[in-house]
Amino acid sequence: MSTQSQQFHRDADRLTHDLTHRSFIQRALGGYYLKRDQEKSRYTDWQRARASASAAKYEAINHLDKYLLELTGKLEARGTKVFWAADGEEASDYIAAVARGAGVRRIIKSKTMTGEEIHLGPALEKAGMEVVESDLGEFIVQLREEAPYHIVFPSMHLTRGQINETFQEKLGSPSADTPEELTMIARGVMRKKYCEADMGISGANFAVAETGHISITENEGNARLSTTLPRVLVSLVGIEKVVPKLEDLALLLPMLATAGAGQNMTCYNTLLGGPRQPGETDGPTEFHVVLLDNRRTTLLADAEQRDALHCIRCGACLNVCPIFKNIGGHAYGTTYQGPIGSVITPHLRGLQSWKHLSFSSSLCGACTEACPVKIDLHHHLLQNRRNAISQKPVWWEKPIFLGFAFFMRRPFLYRFAAPMLRIFGPVLHAIRGQIFDPARLWTGTRDLPPAPARSFKEFWKSRDAKR
Amino acid sequence: MPNDSRDKILRRIREALTTAAPARHRAQSTEPTHPATDWLPSVPPDPAARLAQFEQNCAALKTELILCTDEGALATALAGLAKENAWESLATHDFEMGRQPVAALNLPTLRTDQPYEVPDLERCDVGISGCDALISQTGGILVTATSAGGRALSVLPPHHVVIASADQLVGDLSDAFAVLREKYGTIPAFASFITGPSRTGDIERILVLGAHGPKKLTVLLLWKE
Repeated sequence: MSTQSQQFHRDADRLTHDLTHRSFIQRALGGYYLKRDQEKSRYTDWQRARASASAAKYEAINHLDKYLLELTGKLEARGTKVFWAADGEEASDYIAAVARGAGVRRIIKSKTMTGEEIHLGPALEKAGMEVVESDLGEFIVQLREEAPYHIVFPSMHLTRGQINETFQEKLGSPSADTPEELTMIARGVMRKKYCEADMGISGANFAVAETGHISITENEGNARLSTTLPRVLVSLVGIEKVVPKLEDLALLLPMLATAGAGQNMTCYNTLLGGPRQPGETDGPTEFHVVLLDNRRTTLLADAEQRDALHCIRCGACLNVCPIFKNIGGHAYGTTYQGPIGSVITPHLRGLQSWKHLSFSSSLCGACTEACPVKIDLHHHLLQNRRNAISQKPVWWEKPIFLGFAFFMRRPFLYRFAAPMLRIFGPVLHAIRGQIFDPARLWTGTRDLPPAPARSFKEFWKSRDAKR
Repeated sequence: MPNDSRDKILRRIREALTTAAPARHRAQSTEPTHPATDWLPSVPPDPAARLAQFEQNCAALKTELILCTDEGALATALAGLAKENAWESLATHDFEMGRQPVAALNLPTLRTDQPYEVPDLERCDVGISGCDALISQTGGILVTATSAGGRALSVLPPHHVVIASADQLVGDLSDAFAVLREKYGTIPAFASFITGPSRTGDIERILVLGAHGPKKLTVLLLWKE
């Protein structure tokens, strides 16, 4: 077992037994279900909207080279510098070099999961810069030195009491007990940071090839401030974020809001196509877009699972996943949690180390049904299982199945075995789940029904005799 | 500066795409007969019904919408807001609909369509701007640097007031993009859809207004009968 797998099983076991944690998460998601369904019901046809959204991303991903070049050309035409980074290190090095070149000391960051993926914040801190997260949830988990719990709701696992403690300890703020007061404390701290920062860093939700814009979706206004006030702006964009046409956003922006947070439209949807232009009085004077591969091309090469690159990171699959709802976001140990994380992490970080996530699923298909761009998530989990096993077979599975086939082809063997079960049943019960039990991984969490007094065969025989 | 990996990435992409995606990725996606936006919440064609939809969305978003039947009413409404919210300073830019009502407030004024200092804008009680379009389907407001006095005016002060006219109300985002194309001949380097005052649900998923952007958003809409 990989260390990642051991950590996962240990944390998952602990958290599924933590009933407070489970009920807190499920209550938080309850409000989301209600609002999402209300918004979905306003659509003329949600299912056809999904199909169209899927078509837009299909077009982009299957002609990725063409659209990335178009995007780059259009961005550069307005004075944006575009850098193509093969991996996280290249991206971090470039951004650090830009920062040093521009004499940057303070950086304000708006939420970017791609930044989390390549550990951009820590890399820039190591290069000597101050890095502050401006999204409220990210700011809270940054203060607590935790990873985001959920790709859309990073601090959803924390109670107001815990957040209050963190603020008192790290910010020296007075005690507050409503979400509103706590939000205002963060607002006050952050206002100063926006005005002082020399560099802003953002992610992107989409990148429009046709017009050369990145599109950022947010509710708080922190991304707008981070991309407007500092003199240098860097946006980190995964290469799969590209969409062919501006018109695609007319569909994708509302769908992202509805699937992601049960909103009609997220509060701010901003298109950025360049630094401050002639005639503009504000905005960054320098704008860099970093296009990141970081093994996305490996996933692209797996044609069967290529549609996993259609993902718009709305988090809908996490919110409906029975595994996520019971083990929470941290147990995964990944940047991207939930079903989409279980599908793509093996491609991004190695199949053998991360295959356990694909096995930890009931394959119920709730994720596939929730996905606004129709990614076939639960089948991809199955395909990961198949790929993992064919790459590294489990040596004892073959003999076991050979034995099973041998047994099942010989009725006298199982006619003999059934009464044995009745005799040894009590022994099996006595050792169930313990160290002597060879099947303890299975039986440890399951009931072993008592062997019936007579087998079906015996019952059938006696029934015939009565006639 | 580190070297760019553009050619390497493009080569990897082209290699990957030599194998076609399975037909099912595409089959489920094709819908050639309708524009995709047909499947979104429907937008009534009639202007009065559109206004009703916009009003309804504003109410749900907690955007304050004030309908004004003429220019005089608009100036009165703005003066009313100034009094009610006890504004002591404002930031704005030069735009036709705002020129007279804003001047009539007679408050210390920062202009963001001229060079300005960010801390000065941060201290203003309100930002008053125009916009490019209002979107009835979402209750949104489309702003650009040209229509809304730069990139910061509509997001930095704690209260954002938008002054708009009836002919700016369009159906959906697609219509709003068309407005930009017609007005500027291209999509400007900065454009933002503002859909309600700034908000967060990051603490226990409970809605709080005014996370980092404006706590209040008011639309003064000139709607002549």
